[in-house]
Amino acid sequence: MSEQLTGAQALLRALELEGVEIAFGVPGGAVLPLYDPLLDSSIRHVLARHEQGAGHMASGYAHASGRVGVTIATSGPGATNLVTPLADAYADSIPVVAITGQVASTSIGYDAFQEAHTWGITAPCTKHNYLVTDVNDIPNVVREAFHLAATGRPGPVLVDIPKNILAATMTWQGQGTIDLPGYKPRGEGHHKQISAAIKLLLASERPVFYAGGGLVRAEAAEEALTFARAANLPVVTTLMARGVIPDSYEKHLGMPGMHGTYAATMSMQRSDLLVTIGARFDDRVTGKVAAFAPDAKVIHVDIDPAEIGKVRNAEVPIVGHAKAVLKQLIAELEKQLDGDPAPDYQPWIDTVLGWRDDNPLTYDQRPEGPILQQYFIDELSRYMGDNAIVVAGVGQHQMWTSQFWKFERPNTWVNSGGLGTMGYAVPAAVGAQAAMPETTVWAIDGDGCFQMTSQELITAAIEGFPVKIAIMNNGALGMVKQWQSLFYNGRLSGVDLSGGIPDFVMLAEAMGCVGMRVDNPADVPAIIEKAMSVTDRPVVIEVVCDPDEMVFPMVPAGGSNDDVVLNKQGLK
Amino acid sequence: MNHLISVLVENKPGVLARVATMFARRGFNIHSLTVGPTAEEGMSRMTVVAETPEVEQITKQLYKLVHTVKVTEFEPGQAVVRELMLVKVNADPKRRSEVLNAASVFDATAVDIGSSSLTFQVAGTPESLADFLEMMRPYGVSALVKSGRIALAKNSKTKAAAGT
Repeated sequence: MSEQLTGAQALLRALELEGVEIAFGVPGGAVLPLYDPLLDSSIRHVLARHEQGAGHMASGYAHASGRVGVTIATSGPGATNLVTPLADAYADSIPVVAITGQVASTSIGYDAFQEAHTWGITAPCTKHNYLVTDVNDIPNVVREAFHLAATGRPGPVLVDIPKNILAATMTWQGQGTIDLPGYKPRGEGHHKQISAAIKLLLASERPVFYAGGGLVRAEAAEEALTFARAANLPVVTTLMARGVIPDSYEKHLGMPGMHGTYAATMSMQRSDLLVTIGARFDDRVTGKVAAFAPDAKVIHVDIDPAEIGKVRNAEVPIVGHAKAVLKQLIAELEKQLDGDPAPDYQPWIDTVLGWRDDNPLTYDQRPEGPILQQYFIDELSRYMGDNAIVVAGVGQHQMWTSQFWKFERPNTWVNSGGLGTMGYAVPAAVGAQAAMPETTVWAIDGDGCFQMTSQELITAAIEGFPVKIAIMNNGALGMVKQWQSLFYNGRLSGVDLSGGIPDFVMLAEAMGCVGMRVDNPADVPAIIEKAMSVTDRPVVIEVVCDPDEMVFPMVPAGGSNDDVVLNKQGLK
Repeated sequence: MNHLISVLVENKPGVLARVATMFARRGFNIHSLTVGPTAEEGMSRMTVVAETPEVEQITKQLYKLVHTVKVTEFEPGQAVVRELMLVKVNADPKRRSEVLNAASVFDATAVDIGSSSLTFQVAGTPESLADFLEMMRPYGVSALVKSGRIALAKNSKTKAAAGT
């Protein structure tokens, strides 16, 4: 057991013991002592083209697999390039461990070459971070970092290690231990609160199950569906929760909020009880907080006590792990019903299902074109069934994907919700593909997003990740253009990407992918078929889309959810 | 409104920066903050006076920091609160004894005497420090420094004689 290892070797040993099989990174001076023994490690290294890409790959990997994603970068610019993916993973509670090199501990503070104050810069965008100053600390720090990333409310953890610490020798004493006296994530919820929650639920007349991304992180999909069925609840799934309760669930109302369905948004608005689990009353869900769900009481289940009462007061706060709490809720419901059937919540159920049936998400694809983004996504979703992971960037295409993709399972939807990071899709798709090599990974991207991180398709081509990217090319930063069109008198400023540069097909080919273009609605099924026939390399389809199509329904920013607008004609 | 919060933290490098950054990030205003070792090895105690209507969020956000072990918000009367102040008061030789007399009403100690000024050390409740300052203002206060409040929970429920 007590062999002599360098800090870098100890780090790799510790990572292997955590079950790490793959790491996404870019080397540099400060991590040279790490990249040498990496050659002898069982961990596969995927060389990204930019550290931001490496970070999003780790996040995509974690999203799709539920396991901790690992990314490696060098000191200074390597570490600062990780800031965006870390902030992204922090906002969406994605478990990521980032390893960064640092200048030698003797040089810290002297403005050395490629020195940046990494832990200071990343403290506000990580769950926790470390600067290792003693080589003997490495096993414990790695053990703690993975524990912190994966438990409680998951999130990114960064471990910054100076070059001389990586190169120093230590005596390996075995896997590290965890010593975190102030960190005690809760499991089950308090039984009195569980009882109070079910009492409130059974006394309510217009309940809605407000399901958030925490259910995905807690691997609580099965329990969530069981609870919804047992309690007869209509369900809304937030952007981060799409798939955690299947869209085919008979009382599923869709996604609520700014671009949510009418039924989802309005059911919350008129509800008398929001059964909130793993959701955080994000402004994209609530609209104007003062006008949000004015008659609703709130049951709020969250692993993070700080989310409870942050935006909306909760009549029944429950701190706990969603999976454990749902099991308690299911058992308590059965106990309180005592053999009686669950309330049928009529006429409420009929009302919300009526809203759903009367206000479906629609689009009007004219046969002569141009292609509507919704049509392409709808066709692709139909073709793939639930046999794909779908990834999105940020903007109109993301909202349309959330609206029109039929999600049936958790972890099949990978997107940047909280931070809203444009350029997320390509690298996150690569990470998702690395996690799930047997599953088809589609990224629905925008032409603006694609140009931010497209170079990671080179990584995909060379490393053998045959992702499929569909660029919804509307020649603009579409969501910004939509807002300028609607709220800035149509004065378009800084949003034009039209003009045919770059040639996306040539660009794809240059990066080792198969490039395709489609501009006729009738050709969409065939191009999907053709893309699916390519299995040995990434595919990029440029979908030439309607430049003026807008995302609806829409609640104008700062507006009340009462004022949801169903289409362009509905805007004053 | 000012809230008095006592935070027990692991004494790890950067823990003060983490707390300060969190306050800045969440928009909580720090009125004063002191930090020092506690009886327990490896632990530090911070006493924070924060201006915010939302003390519950502060407490919860503090708990989210991994190195935070215990957070206590003290309502008035629940803790013994003390602060140390050094004050330089104008006092030329002919007024020196008058100033010293006035100061003797308080638990103030003259810790430095210059040709035209006296420096006092005053330890006490924030209120008694304020009273002392009020008393000295007419003579002219040329400099002053405060330690920030420190607080410990009271053992008994009764108010300590020296005030809150």
